[in-house]
Amino acid sequence: MANIKLLYFASLADTLQCSEEILMLSNETDTISTLKKTLSERGAPWEAIMGDNINIAVNQHIQHQDQSLADGDEVAFFPPVTGG
Amino acid sequence: MAEKQVKIRIQTEDFDQGTEYQRLAQGTQSGAVVTFIGRVRDMQDTDPHANASMHLQHYPGMTEKVLHQLTEDAMQRWPLERVTILHRIGTLEAGDQIVFVGVSSAHRKAAFNACAFIMDYLKTKAPLWKKEGGRWVEAKDSDRKAANAWQHTNGV
Repeated sequence: MANIKLLYFASLADTLQCSEEILMLSNETDTISTLKKTLSERGAPWEAIMGDNINIAVNQHIQHQDQSLADGDEVAFFPPVTGG
Repeated sequence: MAEKQVKIRIQTEDFDQGTEYQRLAQGTQSGAVVTFIGRVRDMQDTDPHANASMHLQHYPGMTEKVLHQLTEDAMQRWPLERVTILHRIGTLEAGDQIVFVGVSSAHRKAAFNACAFIMDYLKTKAPLWKKEGGRWVEAKDSDRKAANAWQHTNGV
């Protein structure tokens, strides 16, 4: 079964009350845009978060455009960074 | 990048500026060494009810990748001898050291610029997040502007 691993960090993890989950790879989750749409359909607070100023990294590389996802991919969602 | 040229660590332990300076100053071409240290300010100075503790979370694996890329970018833009980036995570108190960025080069202009470049981009790209007194700190517009400013300069 093809899966993707989702990670949520910082304030997102607190709001969503979730820091990690595994999702099955399907037509509804095989690109960044379809994945975001599927997660928004969970309703509040997912809907607001997926629409916002959210950062997305696939396999630890930040993505600025839509991208296909593959079995075993790690997709991270995080707010603007505040290190340093 | 040669192995000894670059030292990048994400760690809970404190660091010592003197020790890091010695590492950066090695080599006959390190005529200029610039170091920067970021510290936890005392929040209770402006708000007596503020919690003095800060907590730093990061994305293990990606943080190191991003800092290595930033270093590579800096080394392509300026002639650098050595670069060190140390960033602490976990719980820190007012007055604690958070981050160290050090650069050595033959001459000072490259060293000053590269150090500032690395810090400006670290603050907008490295996946770390600060929590102060139970509240997540918000990213600052001034940090984004500082990073963007490097795109419009000649990079000298």
